[in-house]
Amino acid sequence: MIRWLRWLLLLLIVRPIARFLTGADVTGREHLPLKGPAIVAANHNSHMDTLLLLSIFPSGAVMRVRPAAAADYFLKDPVIGWFSRNMIGIVPVARDKVASGEDVLAPAREALAAGDIIVVFPEGTRGDATDEMARLKSGVARLAEAFPEAPVTPVWIQGAGRVLPKGEVIPVPMNCAVLVGAPLHWHGRRTEFMDGLRDALLKLKAQAPPLRWS
Amino acid sequence: MNGGDRVLDIITRFLSAQPPALLWGLAGVGGVLALGAVIAGLLTVTRPGKDYTELRQRIFSWVVMIGLLAAALLAGWQATVLLFMVVSFIALREFLSLAPTRREDRLIILAAYLAIPVNYAFVALDIYGIYLVLIPVYAFLITPYLMAVIGQTRGYLSSVAMFHWGLMTCIYNIGYVAFLMRTSDADLPAGAAGLVFFLLVATEFNDVAQYVWGKLLGRHKIMPKVSPNKTWEGFLGGWATTAALIWFAGPLFTPLEGLGLAIMALVLPVAGFAGDVTMSAIKRDIGVKDTSHLIPGHGGILDRIDSLTFTAPIYFHLLAYFALESF
Repeated sequence: MIRWLRWLLLLLIVRPIARFLTGADVTGREHLPLKGPAIVAANHNSHMDTLLLLSIFPSGAVMRVRPAAAADYFLKDPVIGWFSRNMIGIVPVARDKVASGEDVLAPAREALAAGDIIVVFPEGTRGDATDEMARLKSGVARLAEAFPEAPVTPVWIQGAGRVLPKGEVIPVPMNCAVLVGAPLHWHGRRTEFMDGLRDALLKLKAQAPPLRWS
Repeated sequence: MNGGDRVLDIITRFLSAQPPALLWGLAGVGGVLALGAVIAGLLTVTRPGKDYTELRQRIFSWVVMIGLLAAALLAGWQATVLLFMVVSFIALREFLSLAPTRREDRLIILAAYLAIPVNYAFVALDIYGIYLVLIPVYAFLITPYLMAVIGQTRGYLSSVAMFHWGLMTCIYNIGYVAFLMRTSDADLPAGAAGLVFFLLVATEFNDVAQYVWGKLLGRHKIMPKVSPNKTWEGFLGGWATTAALIWFAGPLFTPLEGLGLAIMALVLPVAGFAGDVTMSAIKRDIGVKDTSHLIPGHGGILDRIDSLTFTAPIYFHLLAYFALESF
């Protein structure tokens, strides 16, 4: 029941809103994974990133797409928490519990084991919309290591930080380019994998239209 | 009467209420498109090895665009106003996304979008006097005032100019296409929809004719700094061909004749060329080839309507001056 509600919400509400606000100008759509386990790694400047990524998957695959999101941010409030879990379909990552030695990636691994497509933002938090990429956190490498058969698809989202920058409440329609790159695979070394992901993202960024935003 | 017959009956009655010239015109455009699709199909078979994806996409996109337009024109002025409102929105979104903007401009960007429903409301209400001055005078004044109010003075003039350009081309000039639908059908040979139809046919025909003449005979570059692919041969050939089209087919769709028709035939192709080249200059300044990937094989919506932003107002004003009583 709730699953169908999510499906309807994503297709009938999230998708039109995301298209209206961003234009969803996708290139390389053929690289998107259609079944799990798979990992999508994108840069992060805005809450729009999540809505935009949810809106570009075909209706047959969108049920499998699960954005990884900060538990300390999205699960604080019970109403937002319920909505984030059941409608957006987030996989919680307890950023604040990393130091305590708890396995914060356990929910993400469970989802991958169940055949889901996990969306991760390796920068860890939203940047400031001037399209600089922050240092990438290695959680994505640990997930790729645990599921070496899962392709890791790099995605560069250009301009979402203009639609809804960090700290703003009112979204303003602006075109966003979404560049999907060829999937990467785990080859056994963490630093090598992270360098490869970083290069792939920067290469996609170089193909994006110029962003005249200051 | 069974269900199928009844549907057929409704369709027949609906079509017979439409001006015949419009239906023949739409059928003609459909025929040209079908011919293009057949030729593209033959090319894939007779000359394999080359990649025809873009050609296929181009034709398919034409089918979608013409289908949407034909549906709106047949459905009436409300649907056409709505369609061009959406066109204005997508065009303005494309323009503002490519132009240099700043975080503190977000409020002005939102205000620019709000100008769209206001502008088209006066089309829907059929109040021409207000439509005429709303954006060129009042949006022109309000935009810099709003920027002053939020205390934004860094790069003030160039920022204001950027917003003015977007408002005028994407909203005001495109709005004229919709306003054509508000002319009374009484003294028009193919109804108000026929006026819109002919404007779009002449504008797009001009684009295509310039391209074809340029490909066939093009030698001398006309504006190498802005559009390196445009030639004098393409410009002049397109001008002559489109002028002939307007002169001979114009009377079927518009009430123009004699001097008015001659001026339209001479001016419209030049306006189309000017619109195309001006948008190219903007794209060159910004550093992009296409304004987006919205229309497969064509680029963005601004790439498609660049000529129209110039031809729509001149077409409207010439008609209003020479032939339309209501304006």
